[in-house]
Amino acid sequence: MVACRTRSLVTVFLALALVWALAGWAGAQSGEPITIRYWQYYYETKVKAIDQLIEQFEAENPGIRVIHETFPYEAYGARVAAAVPAGQGPEVVNLFYGWLPAWVRAGYLEPLPIDAAEIEREFVPMVRAAFMNGEYWGLPTGVRTLALFYNKDLLNQAGFQEPPQTWDEFIAAGQAMAERRGPFYTRLGFGFGPAGQDHHLIREVLIRQFGGQPYDDENRRVLYNSEAGVKALEFYTDWQLKHGLGDVEFFPGRADYRDGFIAGLIGMIIDGSFAIATIRNGVGDQFAWGVTELPVFDPNDRHNFGSFWMNGLTARAFEDPAKLEASLKFLRFITSEEAMKLWLEQVGELPARLSLADDPELAEDPVYGPFIRSLPYSHATFFVDEEGQRRVMVDAINRVLLEGTDPATSIRIAAEEEQRILDQFWNR
Amino acid sequence: MVRLTLSARKALWAYIFLALPLLFFIGIRIIPTLQAFQMSLYDWHVQPEARTFVGLGNYERMLADQRLHQAFRNTLWYGLLGVPAQLILGLAFALLLHSIRRFRGFFRAVFFAPYVAPAVAVSWVWSLLLSPHLGIVNQVLHWLGLPPQPFLTSPQQALPTVTAVVVWQFVGFHILLFLAGLESIPRLYYEAAQIDGASRWVTFRYITLPLLNPTIVVSLVMATAAPSIGMLQLFTHVMNLKFNDPGGPLGSTLTVVLYTYQRAFQAYDMGYAAAIVVVLFVILLIISLIQIRLTSREVEY
Repeated sequence: MVACRTRSLVTVFLALALVWALAGWAGAQSGEPITIRYWQYYYETKVKAIDQLIEQFEAENPGIRVIHETFPYEAYGARVAAAVPAGQGPEVVNLFYGWLPAWVRAGYLEPLPIDAAEIEREFVPMVRAAFMNGEYWGLPTGVRTLALFYNKDLLNQAGFQEPPQTWDEFIAAGQAMAERRGPFYTRLGFGFGPAGQDHHLIREVLIRQFGGQPYDDENRRVLYNSEAGVKALEFYTDWQLKHGLGDVEFFPGRADYRDGFIAGLIGMIIDGSFAIATIRNGVGDQFAWGVTELPVFDPNDRHNFGSFWMNGLTARAFEDPAKLEASLKFLRFITSEEAMKLWLEQVGELPARLSLADDPELAEDPVYGPFIRSLPYSHATFFVDEEGQRRVMVDAINRVLLEGTDPATSIRIAAEEEQRILDQFWNR
Repeated sequence: MVRLTLSARKALWAYIFLALPLLFFIGIRIIPTLQAFQMSLYDWHVQPEARTFVGLGNYERMLADQRLHQAFRNTLWYGLLGVPAQLILGLAFALLLHSIRRFRGFFRAVFFAPYVAPAVAVSWVWSLLLSPHLGIVNQVLHWLGLPPQPFLTSPQQALPTVTAVVVWQFVGFHILLFLAGLESIPRLYYEAAQIDGASRWVTFRYITLPLLNPTIVVSLVMATAAPSIGMLQLFTHVMNLKFNDPGGPLGSTLTVVLYTYQRAFQAYDMGYAAAIVVVLFVILLIISLIQIRLTSREVEY
């Protein structure tokens, strides 16, 4: 009786296996579309834009199907780390340019089979940050620069008709907009975001505006333990300690400074072009806001921080020629001029192709203009350990603001810590 | 065909059912643990053939890694503050709940509720409440005429604050354990003690505490080393209470597990992360064995 039941079970299993195998064979015979996977982290405007692009791409290429999968930012690295070695990951993957060295070292990416000269002819110079070990490892759809977002209503109420152009004007406007009740700030003149964009601001904008250089040309040595470095950190931390523009700990949450700005509790923030859509949707018609180029000491000495998320290929894309062709086609499609136009409109990231970046009409746009005009003087830091290097600068700020360390000591400690991170990477 | 007796057949089925979870356990826990040991000896790469053997190199690196040392120091502090707090408060509330008759179920539910709430939600709510300028806690302190506190934003206060949130969330779990333990002590002993005229302290010291021993052991080991609720394996709360600077400010709340996560999944430095995990594993194993050894005793009356 038992044996009989076992035998019938085995028969069922065998039958099922046969059906499955036949189905697979039949599928392969009938020219089933090639399926590729695209991964990015979840950022609403980006997800919607990619969905739209995939729809267009599939309509133009009926033989290719693209599966779009997203994960929360915090889980993204872990998902990629687990899936790719198991052969379960995507063919085309989106990553922050600052992760490139770590991803390449660990083998998550393969170099792009695209001629370097072609890329350098067509893309903005910042994209060179995707060049490593003699090859390009990815291409961006959009690039980002920083600018000053300001709440027009608050600025006008404070008696200013024009947004600040110099740092002196910035401090005056910030002081006028900040409000306190007892020991608490109820409104900030400037929303501090050390772990957001402010660590970039110190590294690539303030240090350079004070006449220094953050790293050597090979990105192997930290150079900001200098007079310019001290001045930059002191200038930034003085916005809280001396000028009372606000407090570094104000609005809770991850995008604290941006959310506070959207809530109308912060007068000015420094943020990237990628935040445009979020801020526009978040603010709605609660108040009028504007964007202006980052303030300066000297109008002839402008600097900005540029960055981008790029699309690369994993080893999975190289499994067979048909797959590689499909993956490359898709990668080229989402980095095409048309895709970039859509991206600018829906996400707010700037076109990465020179043909669009030089468009005079875009440079005059009241919102995109300040970001576009910053492109020629933007620097993309070469990060070997983005999380670690970010934390070094955040800690440098916090030592001064929370523990009263003097800026010279704090920047020296930061330079030593960051040098250790660079050495650790290059000497391994 | 071999004919099995009924009892043999029953036993066979039992083993088959046991084998499934065992296979799962081996595949999901044991093999990956062994792989971590192996990984810790390599400079990691996605392709196995590209991994380079570095021997104890990753362990050597740990000796000079000051941030890791800070993480170990913090983790020790979490244990020293959080484990006794959970046990003492858990036992105290359990005794109080055990001694009342009315609303017992209600109070039990109230104390247990935080435990079933997701740690992420708990952390976010507390980070809002404790926000220095906008949070309600400081507004209340100010209203009472007390100075506002920086809480999670101060390198001195952040670690005790995280500990307090964790204890607040998990104390209900220990209350429940202790209540079950208290229920299982026969009333007979208390009645005998009462007849002998024993004081309440003597009753507690010589009846309740010894007979509660098995519960205390479980509670202690769980509070120290269990994944997700053990003080030495804190991660979720630390990550979410200070979301824009996990482990901060200035590394003052960083735990070993969080640091391992950052090394593994943000820097893709898997070999090094594996080495840290191995060291943590050994430490937790030793601590748990010592705890069980020191606290377990057979009590018979």
